Amino acid sequence: MAAITDALLDTPKGGREVTARRAHLWLLALLVISCLFSLAYGAAGTSLWGALSKLATGQVLSDMERVVLWDIRAPRTLMGASVGASLAVAGAVMQGLFRNPLADPGLVGVGAGAGLGAISAIVLAAWLPVAFIDLFGNWLVSAAAFFGGWASTLLLYRVATRSGRTSVATMLLAGIALGALAGAVSGILVYMADDTQLRDLTFWGLGSLAGATWPKLFVAGPLILASIAAAGFLGRGLNAMALGEATAHHIGIPVQRLKNVAVMTVAASTGAAVAVAGGIGFVGIVVPHLLRLATGPDHRMLLPNAALLGASLLIGADVIARVVIAPAELPIGIVTAVLGAPVFLWILLRRRGLVDL
Amino acid sequence: MLQAKNITVSFGGKKALRGVDFTAQPGQITAIVGPNGSGKTTLLRALTGEVEHNGTVSLDSHDIAGMKGWELAARRAVLPQAAALAFPFTVIEVVRMGLFGGTSGGDATVPSAALARVGLSGYADRLYQELSGGEQQRVQLARVLAQVWHPVWQGAARWLLLDEPVASLDIAHQLLVMGIARDFAKVGGGVVAVMHDLNLTAMFADTVAVMAAGQMVAQGPMAQVMTDDTLSHAYGCGLRVSVAPPMTSTFVLPHTAQLTHDIGPLAPFSAVRTNTGC
Repeated sequence: MAAITDALLDTPKGGREVTARRAHLWLLALLVISCLFSLAYGAAGTSLWGALSKLATGQVLSDMERVVLWDIRAPRTLMGASVGASLAVAGAVMQGLFRNPLADPGLVGVGAGAGLGAISAIVLAAWLPVAFIDLFGNWLVSAAAFFGGWASTLLLYRVATRSGRTSVATMLLAGIALGALAGAVSGILVYMADDTQLRDLTFWGLGSLAGATWPKLFVAGPLILASIAAAGFLGRGLNAMALGEATAHHIGIPVQRLKNVAVMTVAASTGAAVAVAGGIGFVGIVVPHLLRLATGPDHRMLLPNAALLGASLLIGADVIARVVIAPAELPIGIVTAVLGAPVFLWILLRRRGLVDL
Repeated sequence: MLQAKNITVSFGGKKALRGVDFTAQPGQITAIVGPNGSGKTTLLRALTGEVEHNGTVSLDSHDIAGMKGWELAARRAVLPQAAALAFPFTVIEVVRMGLFGGTSGGDATVPSAALARVGLSGYADRLYQELSGGEQQRVQLARVLAQVWHPVWQGAARWLLLDEPVASLDIAHQLLVMGIARDFAKVGGGVVAVMHDLNLTAMFADTVAVMAAGQMVAQGPMAQVMTDDTLSHAYGCGLRVSVAPPMTSTFVLPHTAQLTHDIGPLAPFSAVRTNTGC
């Protein structure tokens, strides 16, 4: 990855738009390669190439091959792509909206709200009727995380919006307060948890794609795709927002509508991602930042590129997570932090003068 | 015609504007002058529809409250006082942001032409954040010009609303920018500019509006409004308006170092002794 970012960072500024367009293709190729890797490697020694050659010659796959490739690796790969893309796009949209390259859904309480939902589900499930758990047990954590994310966004929005106008500053500060509150309530729940629940909490908190199944993908996938598609319409508006809300309004951007759509996009994509994969950090900050340095801050290029790079990055991190200490697995959040944090610091050091914090 | 009637603006219960009437005609530069805090910028922000206000602002007899954002953007461009930029956009990218689809948007040469107009031809691919304050101000002006590149569009005048457009510029670039405003007005566009420099105002403005303490003190043709009495009263210091030979240009100078009326508590400087005992 370092070679790729190096090549991107050394691009002359003049042809940034051309570079950004070309980057679409490079990043698409990178995504395809990541997907192949993700399908080919895993704890089980099943070979993708072996299965493909069997299919090519008309042979029947073994049950083992079908289960590993189709039921485990395929949904996991697609889930990694969706979650990575949605985290990166949510980060880019939030940064554009707040005009701050360090803004992140985690910052405005969406992540904390989703986390509170998941923790509540894990801890309070003990008090729920057994019949209910039997029916919905698998879905409970995901659904609760999703609704936590939504609820915190809506609450935040009510606090920060007065007579139809959202104050970004109020929203940022209210988000910090809401995040602290959600963190405190989560803390109380963690205190109440027993040992088994604590283990679940820790693993959920670090994030993992291990729970990826086709049914989960069918719930989260469309929501993530819809929010990424919605983000595609925000490019021009977010560019103008870089000049400030007032100037964006003067240029003719419907600022209030832009803010509504941006907030909802972030809530939906973060909620869905946290629900199915837990807390995965750094993707939302590192990916847009890296792309901004490489191909410029134009959101019309940045948003699709962030989706592609975010997807590749998370798939890559997941491959590392499940191969490095096989047959056990590292939580993917650890991998993204170990990969992401040094890259982030390196970028800051290298381009210190240009990164306007 | 850009017209404001009975505009009142309050910030947290304090009135920043009290029943201000204002009119600007296309084909002219209308300067809004007055001391700090007199409401010049607030009036401009009411004209752009940016602050909530009582009273009406109308553009060619249409209430701007009923106009859509893009309709307003097609008719007027606004140069703000300070222009921070969040991300490292290049100069040409910033100027292109001013393009509005359907008006100047179709003409790809407009951003370069606008940059050339403000004297920044070779700057297209420079990073905005690396420029000096004065250069950034001119990039913003180029963006604003790109937005309303043709001063008359579909038979109607378009407007430049400028908030202290020469604030961070050297004298040559002050003349450049005011010259751009004059050329824009000469071919039928309208210009409203909040000004601090009374001499530049005297040199370029056709109409002058003088504000003090949130109220309109006087508005009319430059020569009629810029008088010793009106300016001295508005600014609270003795000012003399003169005509300089041989070019017969009007200029304004303070004729005494003393303030003529109270503009706030002015305690004399004295050594400050702080009590550090505890």
